Amino acid sequence: MRDALAFLRNTWRGLTAMRTALTLLFLLALGALPGALLPQRALNAAKVDEYIAEHGWWGRLLDKGQFFAVYGSFWFSAIYVLLFVSLVGCLLPRLWEYFTQMRAKPVLTPRNLSRMPHHADAHVDRDVAEVMAAARTRLRGWRLVEREEPGGARTISAERGFLRETGNLVFHFALLGLLVAFALGKMFGYEGQVIVQATGKQYCNSGVFNFDSFRPGLRVDGTRLTPFCVRVNDFHASYLHNGQAQSFQAGIDYQSGADLDTGTWRPYSLEVNHPLRTEGDRLYLLGHGYTPKFTVTFPNGATRSAEVQWRPVDPITLLSEGATKFDPPQVTDSEERRKNQLAITGLLAPSAVFDGTLMSSNFPEARKPAVAVDVFRGDLGTDSGRGQSIFSIDRSMVDNGRLKKVARENLEVGQSVTLDDGTVIRFDGVTDWVSLQVSHDPTQVYVLVFSMLIVAGLGASLAIRRRRVWVRAVPRQDGRTFIEVGGLARTDQAGYGGEFTGLSRDLLTGGQDKES
Amino acid sequence: MPVNATLATYGDWLYNSAVGVYILATFLYLYEQAFGRAPAKAKERELVVAGGTGEQWKPGLVVPKKPERPRAERFGRMAVALTLLGVLFHVSALVLRGVATGRAPWGNMYEYGALLTLAAVATFLVLMRSFPVRRLGGFVLTPVVILMFLGGTALYAPAAPVQPALQSYWLVIHVSVISISTGMLLVPGVASLLYLVKSTNDAKPERFARFAGRLPAADTLDRLAYRSTVLAFPLFTIGIMFGAIWAEAAWGRFWGWDPKETVAFVSWVVYAAYLHARATAGWRGARAAWVNALGFLLTVFNLFFINLVTAGLHSYAGVG
Ligand code: HEM
Repeated sequence: MRDALAFLRNTWRGLTAMRTALTLLFLLALGALPGALLPQRALNAAKVDEYIAEHGWWGRLLDKGQFFAVYGSFWFSAIYVLLFVSLVGCLLPRLWEYFTQMRAKPVLTPRNLSRMPHHADAHVDRDVAEVMAAARTRLRGWRLVEREEPGGARTISAERGFLRETGNLVFHFALLGLLVAFALGKMFGYEGQVIVQATGKQYCNSGVFNFDSFRPGLRVDGTRLTPFCVRVNDFHASYLHNGQAQSFQAGIDYQSGADLDTGTWRPYSLEVNHPLRTEGDRLYLLGHGYTPKFTVTFPNGATRSAEVQWRPVDPITLLSEGATKFDPPQVTDSEERRKNQLAITGLLAPSAVFDGTLMSSNFPEARKPAVAVDVFRGDLGTDSGRGQSIFSIDRSMVDNGRLKKVARENLEVGQSVTLDDGTVIRFDGVTDWVSLQVSHDPTQVYVLVFSMLIVAGLGASLAIRRRRVWVRAVPRQDGRTFIEVGGLARTDQAGYGGEFTGLSRDLLTGGQDKES
Repeated sequence: MPVNATLATYGDWLYNSAVGVYILATFLYLYEQAFGRAPAKAKERELVVAGGTGEQWKPGLVVPKKPERPRAERFGRMAVALTLLGVLFHVSALVLRGVATGRAPWGNMYEYGALLTLAAVATFLVLMRSFPVRRLGGFVLTPVVILMFLGGTALYAPAAPVQPALQSYWLVIHVSVISISTGMLLVPGVASLLYLVKSTNDAKPERFARFAGRLPAADTLDRLAYRSTVLAFPLFTIGIMFGAIWAEAAWGRFWGWDPKETVAFVSWVVYAAYLHARATAGWRGARAAWVNALGFLLTVFNLFFINLVTAGLHSYAGVG
């Protein structure tokens, strides 16, 4: 039992030593670094898979060690938690010390002031009381005590710059606060992304299933999202002549809080750098792309139109890829339906240029939209139970021969292609879509407050010097007074010399020949 | 807002002139370093006291300066004058860029590098007034010239408006604070590296004898590094904070471990560790200097590797 206690005590002591904290600080830095060098799942999952595939056993080993999710890894959390414990252990005693020091009086005047790093003395014609009065005036703003010494000498010990300690403690406690707030935010926050057609379509933040992707905090199950709805009316982008984007703007209406009951819509102009803030959540405009509209006229005369977003593959020219899928109309037999599903896949160019039949895009704006498509007919595999991307077809259905390519064509707006069975596919044009992000972080305000405290505390603890000054006035037989001044900077910082020079001059002359 | 191409061209000329003048100044500084008198201990103390930074202040120690000025010292003074001229060109270059584009002139790596190097030179000029380190000018200007040369060639970007994510007053605030503080951190980085050379030399004088013997005393270098870090670190902290506030508005979260954020965090921690190391008895001197040098290397790494090699949200370099 006693051994266990000793062990605990030693562990605690070791953990809270400054050296340990420094080491942990270094480990934290070192541990954060792989996150900048290796692809991270949270940022780019596809890249991680690619990396693992390329690096074989090494990639798999890194994966086992959670190096592709550094900031949630067990070892990063361990460093984080240990540093946290170490900080607490370091700070509590310092806080206690701080309060005792705050109440303590400035220390006794040392016997031999000429041994101080800063020193000056003089004989003056004024008496001790006068000297003391002048010194008290000059040292206004310093914490000081006056003391009598045997033999009629009087001394002042004064101290200044205690705010440095305050700043230091504020800094460290704010750091602690920031760590906590950050961790809580990660637990109770979430981020969800969704693509919405900018043609008056709506998105409601009512459930996780409404998002295309959702990143919940550890303590978020997705059941209590902040309710609000958004309607995206339009989207505008402007570009420089070289294709560089200059501005993005989506015109939206939104409903939140009481508006949900009254059905009131409020307009908002959603732009990059200008998220919508409502009910503690934020809504961002992340990106945009194009949706091609296709109309299919089936051999039996039935027509179907579809508008499905395609995704940009080139961020500069917004050349996009995608797959628009159709079920044959009026077919109830699932076997029959699976033989006649259609998919239009390929590329979409907002500003098409052709090199022979090869299409590419030379500008991100929809100036001359065109598509270069492959049309497939057969079983898309949508009933197979396997999840399918909305941007592509299931290649394995092509490989096993159940899905067949029946046409390849470049289409400009209004043009159409006729398939072997008489089906006509027309490309009607493009509309915009926007991708939105909903973010929820209940503690980010606290993080901000703590980081402001960090800066304030840091400034105070680095800029303020703790320094002491002592004055001793000794009466002499001839009625004159011997004054001695000593000074000591308590912290490592240089620069007390200049202040002490002025101070000691004033103290020795009683402030009479200032700046002569 | 259309770009005024003529003004931008004048700006580029001024930039190139600044580089030329800095190169000239570098040679003069290095001449003084190579052929000037080795700083004597007593002399050093005198200058330190005159600047009011001495830890040990003793009136009466001030010795009157010798009036004669050997050639090396004249060169040193000329170097300072040239540096000032270079700064003048440098500032004008940035101002013209700003006027030409109608925005804050730090929207791509060329402009960002120009601001950073300007801050480095200015910090050095300011600190030179209170530390006897004029002859280090060459060592500070060499990385400055290299950075500016890279900025003017490989990283050059023509004057243009910036993309939507950068159109925010936070560009003015965050980027200026971060690049100014990073530029300031170049000075302690150089000072700490020289400290390591000097202290190695002091321990084994035959090592760098011809070179290091003439460097300022190790103690001076150490204090120069500390003072400049203390100036730059809070600013760097504020810069990161502003970055986080901006990220909240632009990217949807205030912190997301984007590569650039991560390395900024890592270098912040390293500088914090430096300040602690400096305050802890056993770590003063060489170990603290290593930590500071590491911080500097990380900053450079962040500037180049993260901007140019990895792809992150911060890829606004305007290169490629
Ligand atoms: C990211 C983390 C940290 C940062 C940025 C930081 C920053 C600072 C700064 C700037 C100072 C003033 C240094 C000076 O006086 O020159 C300081 C002092 C101090 N810190 Fe920290 N700190 C951190 C973490 C810690 C931890 C984890 C501990 C203890 C477990 C700690 C303990 C101390 C102590 C004891 C001092 C007083 C040292 C002195 O000035 O004598 N710090 N810190």
